Amino acid sequence: MNLVIYILRRLAISIPVLFVGTFLVFIMISAAGDPLAELRGRPNINPEAIAQTAQQLGLDMPIIPRYFHWLGNFLTGDWGVSVAQGNAMQPVFPKVMGAFDVTIKLVVGAEILALIVGVAVGVLAAVKQYSIVDYLATTLAFFLFSMPIFCVAVVLKTYAIQVNGWVRDLGLTDWLGNPWLRTTSPENLHSTGFGDFLAKYSGAYLLPTLSIMAISFAAYSRFQRASMLETLNQDYVRTARAKGISGSRVVFRHAFRNALIPVATLFSVNFGQVLTGAIITETVFNWHGMGTLLVDSVNHLDPSTLMGWLVVVAVLVVVANLIADLLYGIMDPRIRVG
Amino acid sequence: MNSLVAGEAASAAQREGTLPPEALPEPVSQGRLVLRKFLRHKLAMVSTVVLLLVVLVAVILPIFWMHKYEDASFPSFARPSSDFPLGTTQVGKDMVSQVLRGTQFSLLIAVVVSIVGTFIGVVFGSVAGYLRGFTDSALSRLTDLFLIIPQIAAAAILAKVFGHGSWFVVALVLALFAWMPIARITRAEAMALSQREFVEAARAAGGGTGRIIFKHLIPNMVGSITVNATLAVAQAVLVEAALSFIGLGVQPPDTSLGRIILENYAQVQTRPWLFFGPFVVLVLISLSINFIGDGLRDAFDPRQRRMKA
Repeated sequence: MNLVIYILRRLAISIPVLFVGTFLVFIMISAAGDPLAELRGRPNINPEAIAQTAQQLGLDMPIIPRYFHWLGNFLTGDWGVSVAQGNAMQPVFPKVMGAFDVTIKLVVGAEILALIVGVAVGVLAAVKQYSIVDYLATTLAFFLFSMPIFCVAVVLKTYAIQVNGWVRDLGLTDWLGNPWLRTTSPENLHSTGFGDFLAKYSGAYLLPTLSIMAISFAAYSRFQRASMLETLNQDYVRTARAKGISGSRVVFRHAFRNALIPVATLFSVNFGQVLTGAIITETVFNWHGMGTLLVDSVNHLDPSTLMGWLVVVAVLVVVANLIADLLYGIMDPRIRVG
Repeated sequence: MNSLVAGEAASAAQREGTLPPEALPEPVSQGRLVLRKFLRHKLAMVSTVVLLLVVLVAVILPIFWMHKYEDASFPSFARPSSDFPLGTTQVGKDMVSQVLRGTQFSLLIAVVVSIVGTFIGVVFGSVAGYLRGFTDSALSRLTDLFLIIPQIAAAAILAKVFGHGSWFVVALVLALFAWMPIARITRAEAMALSQREFVEAARAAGGGTGRIIFKHLIPNMVGSITVNATLAVAQAVLVEAALSFIGLGVQPPDTSLGRIILENYAQVQTRPWLFFGPFVVLVLISLSINFIGDGLRDAFDPRQRRMKA
């Protein structure tokens, strides 16, 4: 019961933050320029048509009423229409949700994999501190951490195209699909049977997943190593050793469980950054997710789409942070949540 | 401080005539101690040399370089040769001078982001941690507010609001969304420090809030501030590159390594040097800064006496 109250209180606190955040971004977007500039620039455009569009979008209102107009519509489920050229007057909600669906599938999978691999490598490096494994893991982590994520993606894409060429040369296309490693979006992924599905799915998701994993893995493995080293030096671990408990049991039953606590929270706190990584990765691989949507709507100064985008991401960050705090409370009984 | 206490104890012992006078350790300031430990950190020293070389080359070489960066009169897509070590771009510009200029801008932006971001973060963090109460909750909500808006999205929109992607605007906008981690760290440290006796003494002596924060709290946090500001430079190099890479950051006539990669990465299959040139410089910069930050962290850590690596 306490927990429910805690969650509700946390969510209640984030509502004013979200409110102010959306308001500020709304002002920023309207200060960035006129969303109808493109329309006005067209030859032979009827001024009445522009006025009508402006009215339809609420652009004829002053900024503050316009914000509340948007907010009212937004809260009742009307996310407005997009003004981006080409898909003029498309409703925003399905657009944002479609993009969100693409991105979240990619990010969650990649993050879970990065967490598993990062934690495993971090524990290994800590247990075998200053061994060759530790140095290799440290070097790799530092390299990946210092790597711009889009460069990882570009390099992977380049080599994948080469690998696809070899697959073609070896005549394996019937078996693995042509191209095998997809360097573009996984749309129209029609599969026949499970094996085919696996090949196609891995082919489409492999590279973007690896790119996102690369950076997160570096952070998780470093963090886990540090946290594990700290735990291994604690008195209770020494006591356990002194009592004659086997080495692996001490590492896994005694130290590992406590060393996992800070990393588990990093997982959700980092979510905003991870999302940024996904945005960049999607751009390289031409996925139509949140990244492409952001770039398009910033370039078109498309207010409704940008606001929808922002609210979805902001809510996600709030929820991720809440989950982090809850995890902290669940995993560490010394910290009472609620 | 230690030597003072030891000296008093020694003279007291002398007066009582129980113990022979003890040889006092040579007093060493924290700055010297840190410097000594940092100089012994091999990886950090190598990185410092590499970074200095990159900076020197980026600043000095363009003056003597045989081609001007804006000169587009060369053949398009020339292969690397003694005349064009990294080839030429599609519009016929020398790639070496592009990369040099991009390095200048990338470093400049990153340093400005780090300085401005650290300044905002330290001020907000220490004020919140020292004053607590309403100020603290207000500043914490403000931090939350900036955390829910992704840096890259906010920077992209704001870069459009203020001018058209000049390097300074991009730097300020990135800094505006880069202070939160430092604020959190300094807030925690200020909270811990404000419980200490010397702060209480300063308050009892009539020191105002501003004086206590700037004269007593911040000098005691110099270690973590330096380390985090250094690591923030590496972060800023990468974030700026990412922003420019999706085309929402620096716009011509200004440039940056991310912008150069954006302009040339389509050629990675056929002319890999156009991609790998700026890419290697970018990684070299962020890697060396990360190592320097790591070395500084070890050097400032009083628990760490001897160091590996």
